[in-house]
Amino acid sequence: MSDITAIPEIRPREATAKLPRGATLADHPLVQLTLTRFREFLREPEALFWVFIFPILLAAGLGLAFRNRPADVLKIATVTPELARSLRQDKLLDVRQLPPAAADEALRTGKVALLAEPGPGNTVVFRYDNTNPDGRTARMLADRAVQRAAGRVDPVAVSDRLMREPGSRYIDFLIPGLLGMNLMGSAIWGMGFAIVDARRRKLMKRLIATPMPRPYYLLSFLLSRLIMLVVEVGFLLGFGVWIFKVPARGSLLDLAALCVIASLSFGALGLLIASRVKTIEAASGLMNLVMMPMWIVSGVFFSAQRFPDMLQPVIRALPLTATIDALRANMLQGADLAHVASQLLVLAAWLVVCFPIALKLFRWR
Amino acid sequence: MGLHAAPEFRDTRKMLASTLTAALRVRNLRKTFKDVVAVNGLDLEVRAGECFGLLGPNGAGKTTTIEICEGLTEPDSGEVELLGMRWDKDAAELRQRLGIQLQETQLADKVTVLETIRLFGSFFRHGPPASEVISLVQLEEKANSRVGGLSGGQKQRLALACALVGDPDFLFLDEPTTGLDPQARRQLWDLIEQFKLQGRTILLTTHYMDEAEQLCGRVAIMDHGKMIALGTPRELIASIGVEHMVEFSAGGTMRPLELAPLRRMEGVRDVQAENGTVQMQVTELHRAVPALLDELERQGVPLTELRTHSATLEDVFVTLTGRHLRDE
Repeated sequence: MSDITAIPEIRPREATAKLPRGATLADHPLVQLTLTRFREFLREPEALFWVFIFPILLAAGLGLAFRNRPADVLKIATVTPELARSLRQDKLLDVRQLPPAAADEALRTGKVALLAEPGPGNTVVFRYDNTNPDGRTARMLADRAVQRAAGRVDPVAVSDRLMREPGSRYIDFLIPGLLGMNLMGSAIWGMGFAIVDARRRKLMKRLIATPMPRPYYLLSFLLSRLIMLVVEVGFLLGFGVWIFKVPARGSLLDLAALCVIASLSFGALGLLIASRVKTIEAASGLMNLVMMPMWIVSGVFFSAQRFPDMLQPVIRALPLTATIDALRANMLQGADLAHVASQLLVLAAWLVVCFPIALKLFRWR
Repeated sequence: MGLHAAPEFRDTRKMLASTLTAALRVRNLRKTFKDVVAVNGLDLEVRAGECFGLLGPNGAGKTTTIEICEGLTEPDSGEVELLGMRWDKDAAELRQRLGIQLQETQLADKVTVLETIRLFGSFFRHGPPASEVISLVQLEEKANSRVGGLSGGQKQRLALACALVGDPDFLFLDEPTTGLDPQARRQLWDLIEQFKLQGRTILLTTHYMDEAEQLCGRVAIMDHGKMIALGTPRELIASIGVEHMVEFSAGGTMRPLELAPLRRMEGVRDVQAENGTVQMQVTELHRAVPALLDELERQGVPLTELRTHSATLEDVFVTLTGRHLRDE
């Protein structure tokens, strides 16, 4: 058996003319990989929903809920017809006259912001919760109405000139926040899920068994992310500017630069999260763990300033805070890149730290 | 046995001849995962143009071996020489010349067959156009279907197509038909037969002995990370010195069958009883069967089932290890 001649016929491979691969751009591996990224994304209806429709629904919903209404009419209660008559002088108060027990109940359950009762002698008692802004406002309006009904004349005449300037409304605050959240979400989710899924399917292992240059694989994520960025940001921004008249006062070029660097930083973070994980469940948990705190503290829906001063340095060091602060400065105040240098620095730091670690940890299988 | 993994070379002329014809040479390969020894000092040689089969039960170390040869797994020690090149020095060039089909790869579901082939094709310097590769694996009708909608056999053929896009000199197929229905398996075998005719060198792993017998010029049987036999399927079968297997069930066990008289019969090599069936290794079928019938008659045991078949690689494995290939 050890003799070669014992081996059955060996047919050497004929020297077939090897066809060179078409040198067109479309056949470049990077182009093909990027195209595949797009196809996988565009053929996933859920992904399209989360990236395009969801932020707009959110913006529309929140914009509607927090729209600047004509000054609110406040509901208050009282127990006597005299007081009710005085209070009704103020058009901003919706006064209900109720029996004492019902009035108590209405105040306790928050159906009215304030309860006005006659006190001993010729006094009035206001019962309200002074930690509730509505209660405090109701207190001022009710007091004014009672005093004026009793004959008070204001010593100084004042007049109002109303202005509603775009840029100071909630929706103006919200759109850059959502934009930042979207940049983070699509970079981390888009990158993380796709990588973990390819690893789980052993597709990544199959790819490295080909002559594919490995950096191209990661580069294709970057390329598709940047191209998608134009569409995503354009979509949300266009929607905000066109429908809600959100101002875009800064240079669009600066805005684009901000979005790119934010995407790169978040992409590096996503790559780091996905560098070793083998199951979608684990990846999902890890991504939420990273993103959830930022959704809360980074000022997407309300100002990050509301958190205690002690936490502010930490909050400002988060990539989402930096992104949103920079986007707001650009869009609402028209700040140029120099004015958001500190935020850019934060983003660059995340990129420079996460990317090499992610590459170091990255496993193809 | 007389079957050794690594031929000993006595003179340089033979060695030279072998260097010219060996497409893959593996020396003293070892790989341990945690406390499991997957490959335990394996030597292997695959000659240019042959279809070589690594046969063994699950867990024998076949996949680890093939993945080390494919440059996907680092061996703990040992050498791999592939197409005269080595992974540490010539990885880029090697990748261009190999066609690889891995076990359990799930290609992207949302992408079509044609798009998948074009993607894989873009990584190789040379190779036939995508449409040609698709017709090679008979997926023309599915060219524009998404991978997610293909049947198991079609997916496996697509995986094969992905291995062929670079017009490879050496094809690695890791369990190419596992999990397929008989018809899909036959179809895949036909394809592999075609590649053999094109003169490609093929190394395939399988735990189906009929697959190895059908496709492979030479077969190495692996068990516990070691090669326990090497040769053409015919040589291996001949090596156990048994030509036929007789299997029977003796039913209505009023009294237990005595095996000793069977062992003494002329032309019978060995007798084993397992779960109510008795298996006899037989050299002369025409003597053994009548003798068996007479003996059963004498013992008064009724025969419920009788089968004979020519010895297969499965029987070789059973003879060598005392276990069935699919036991694990």
